Amino acid sequence: MEGREKLNKSKKRKELAKQSQEFDLAILGGKVIDPESRLDRIADIFVQDGLIKKISPKSVREKSTTKIEAKEAINAKGKIVVPGLIDMHVHLREPGREDEETIYTGSCAAVAGGFTSVCCMPNTEPPIDNQEGVKFVNDKAKEAKCKIFCVGAVTKGQKGEELTEIFDLVQAGVVAISDDGKPVSNSQVMRNALEYCRMFKLPVISHCEDLSLSSGGVMHEGLVSTTLGMNGIPSIAEEIMVARDIKLAEFTHGRVHVAHVSTQGSVNLIREAKRRGIRITCEATPHHFTLTHDAVKTFDTNTKVNPPLRTQKDVEAIKRGLKDGTIDCIATDHAPHSVEEKEVEFDFAPFGMVGLETALGLVVTNLINKRILSWTQAIAKLTVNPSRVLNLKGGRIKRDFPADLTVIDPKASWVVDPSKFKSKSKNSPFGGKRLWGKVCYTIVDGKIVHSM
Amino acid sequence: MKLRSKHLLGLEVMTKEEINLILDTAESFKEILERPIRIVPTLRGVTVVNLFYEPSTRTRISFELAERRLSAEVISFSANTSSVKKGETLKDTVQNIEAMKIDMVVVRHQCSGVPYFLTQCLDASIINAGDGAHEHPTQALLDLFTIREKHKKIKGLKVVIVGDVKYSRVARSDIWGFSAMGAKVAVCGPTTLMPYEIEKMGIEVYDDVDEALEGADVVNVLRIQLERQEGGLLPSLREYTNKFGINIERLKKLNENFTIMHPGPINRGVEITPEVADGPYSVILNQVTNGVAVRMAVLYLLSGGEGKVE
Repeated sequence: MEGREKLNKSKKRKELAKQSQEFDLAILGGKVIDPESRLDRIADIFVQDGLIKKISPKSVREKSTTKIEAKEAINAKGKIVVPGLIDMHVHLREPGREDEETIYTGSCAAVAGGFTSVCCMPNTEPPIDNQEGVKFVNDKAKEAKCKIFCVGAVTKGQKGEELTEIFDLVQAGVVAISDDGKPVSNSQVMRNALEYCRMFKLPVISHCEDLSLSSGGVMHEGLVSTTLGMNGIPSIAEEIMVARDIKLAEFTHGRVHVAHVSTQGSVNLIREAKRRGIRITCEATPHHFTLTHDAVKTFDTNTKVNPPLRTQKDVEAIKRGLKDGTIDCIATDHAPHSVEEKEVEFDFAPFGMVGLETALGLVVTNLINKRILSWTQAIAKLTVNPSRVLNLKGGRIKRDFPADLTVIDPKASWVVDPSKFKSKSKNSPFGGKRLWGKVCYTIVDGKIVHSM
Repeated sequence: MKLRSKHLLGLEVMTKEEINLILDTAESFKEILERPIRIVPTLRGVTVVNLFYEPSTRTRISFELAERRLSAEVISFSANTSSVKKGETLKDTVQNIEAMKIDMVVVRHQCSGVPYFLTQCLDASIINAGDGAHEHPTQALLDLFTIREKHKKIKGLKVVIVGDVKYSRVARSDIWGFSAMGAKVAVCGPTTLMPYEIEKMGIEVYDDVDEALEGADVVNVLRIQLERQEGGLLPSLREYTNKFGINIERLKKLNENFTIMHPGPINRGVEITPEVADGPYSVILNQVTNGVAVRMAVLYLLSGGEGKVE
């Protein structure tokens, strides 16, 4: 007995000694929001060896009496400290189109936008459809400023025919599979993918598009496409595939995650499916809750995205879906394209816009400031929710968890200037727009990788 | 009075006053065209490029004639004889042409929005000679001119546009133009060739041609393209002719003193029978004649001219 008491005492002393020891980094006086633990108060965060070691909440009256010191300190007074943002849907173009983006430049754009983790889609040239491809990405990711997670292809060459060696991909570290950019049109192939992925608890991210209905279309089919005389992509091209995938998820018990939901019908289908207990998750992009097809009237090819910008009714439905939890995540679908490729006839321009550096601003300006989502709800969709979908560790402010943190000035506003983007590509339709919510610091594994 | 813009991109953005200014100016030019010497020095020293990315006979010749009769310097460029085939982008092509110091560009392109795109990369005046299925403003202006000439008014007339509305830039420009001038516009055609939500443009939509023609004053018959059958939008042209073809029998539904228009080129026996196309109520050839005067007016006004022509 005596011996044990002694041991306990010495343990306590050691702990005390540890406390008086310097931390690597302290983030002091910020309002800390962690959606998972429902933490939402002023607190100091201390970081050691890349991990969160201490979260000390402060009451307003409390004077700063803590003696804890750190090698580096961030004064976060008036700022909001959240788990490092996670973008589960980006295109980093490497390998193949390094002129548009590389894993490195994409990661610079990510941290500038407050993201500490991004998931890159496999529609590169060649597609990431085998272990070698994943290894290539992982190798490049070592130089990146943020964490890069790899999504593997569902089918070989993204041709929609034969399944990739999914077990191999999982062993190499993919967090999901997707043929994003293209749908898996063949329902049997999609069924097989969902059933096979159950073994690995791996989500299949579905780009929902019935190609026979969307083919030739360049924008949403509606009054604007009618007056502009452009070929339309009807809402049903997305909704029919969402409905199919819901049925497949129900039948196979596989995990479907619907990428970039853009229509009211899709939101309604997913809401209904969730109510019936089907395991399905989904994401929406900032541009789909911000812009409508009216933006295309300027013929700005940066408004050409797939799925296309829809109607005001769809924008409202997406906001409702975000509010009531039907839409789990906010992801950018960051799609860099070179100026040369975009500076052409609208019909000939490629689909896609960059999003990493405007996402948070659009969330704060259009969702939080408009009282559609609370800070906690919005941050959940950018952190712990994607983390849960993809079985990641991040997205949480928790002791002994990686110190991936984003410090935001909620009151600061800025004007979008694409020429200042860290991304290699500048294809954003938001140039000149004033946004609220500025990223002050982005911290990955305890290291400040971006500061304003 | 002057036009507000130095470009003519479409009629959607034109006011009634601007349209009237163009039509009145065109009247003066039509008189000039009837004189023994049909050339005026109005655009001497002005260089106009006709940039045609899509085959066209009528519009192109009409523009060229209009330009030459105004004494402009004319350069014509068509996509199949140019470096476009060598992979040069539209922007490069156009900037190269502008580097040769030109004042106006008349452009025809298969893609919607190209004239607007050109205003972004050029200083010259841009005239839309047809972009995709978007607009063909000079065609609608000559339609308006022809109808005003014959009926002495446009306001209150019922104008029915029949055919492939979905892929027709003429239909869209006519809808804007005739609506702006106070006509009652209706469209009629197979449901597969009606663009989505067209009723929201503030017009009547019919899928029964006999119903549509009831009490109409003007029928604009659009060309039906063989590609629509190939694209699966029509089971056959034969079926189209039976259901929508304009024949003598169907003309009985129309008001007295009615007018038949067609933007050309005609598929005789498909969308219109030869008897109707050649009937006394047909203004198809007047449209072609008036096209030159209307285009002269547009060129003159966009180059800074003000109403009256001496």
